[in-house]
Amino acid sequence: MTECRNLEERRSKMKNEMEILFDAVSCNESFARVAVAAFVTHLNPTLEELADIKTAVSEAVTNAIIHGYENYHGYSGRGESQPAWCEVHPGKVRLHCLLKEDMLHIEISDKGKGIDNINLAMEPLYTTKPELNRSGMGFAFMEAFMDELAVESTPGVGTTVRMCKKMNAGAWIKDED
Amino acid sequence: MEEFQVIDNCLMIKLPEEVDHHRADYICRNADRLLIRDDVMHVVFDFEETKFMDSSGIGIIMGRYRKISCFGGRVYAIHADERIQKILKLSGLTQVLEVLYD
Repeated sequence: MTECRNLEERRSKMKNEMEILFDAVSCNESFARVAVAAFVTHLNPTLEELADIKTAVSEAVTNAIIHGYENYHGYSGRGESQPAWCEVHPGKVRLHCLLKEDMLHIEISDKGKGIDNINLAMEPLYTTKPELNRSGMGFAFMEAFMDELAVESTPGVGTTVRMCKKMNAGAWIKDED
Repeated sequence: MEEFQVIDNCLMIKLPEEVDHHRADYICRNADRLLIRDDVMHVVFDFEETKFMDSSGIGIIMGRYRKISCFGGRVYAIHADERIQKILKLSGLTQVLEVLYD
């Protein structure tokens, strides 16, 4: 009985937080999703949970880079390089994660151009950039793979995407003991 | 360039381990060049090595489908694991994309 209460207590006191700020270039998309995946590994998440989180983070970060700052091309070899005539927007993307109890809160924000009509932007298949081979499924994927999604945006000021997902924290406590 | 192969009238595209916006540009540009140069009818996306894909992958497939569908061309997916299949289904792409099982 006391053991039970201790577990409950430990669970309710669990809190872990991290924040990274990175340049809005496409090579940081994989960096961001891997960073979040690494941040939650100690919870022993299932492969599916990990894949869900990685996809959602990737969508939000990609949105910030190509829509917020309009940095369409990335760096590095293999053809995906920045054309010389393209100027790179120096903007930054902020990624904030908070693990509290068994909820993972992710906040991804940029100081880019913002979204005029959030409801329209969240419509599946709606995209302002079909010429870039965008599918318009970004927000739909975030909604499908996370438990909660909230978008806040002011044109000319920036956009913040908040997402939550319940993690299987029970398994973590069992493993620790 | 070994990721892109034209066999008969099919373009086979071996997708990378991670399909995201960062890699999408490279895939689209090379695929489109071959679509025009080699008079390709159908496109086959090979997911054998792919462990991660986001909506950028959907955009790649949709874009190629638009280019070949007006000439009666089709798009196929092979070696897609459960995760990839889930994403393909969720996007509604399976209405036009034929997923072939081993």
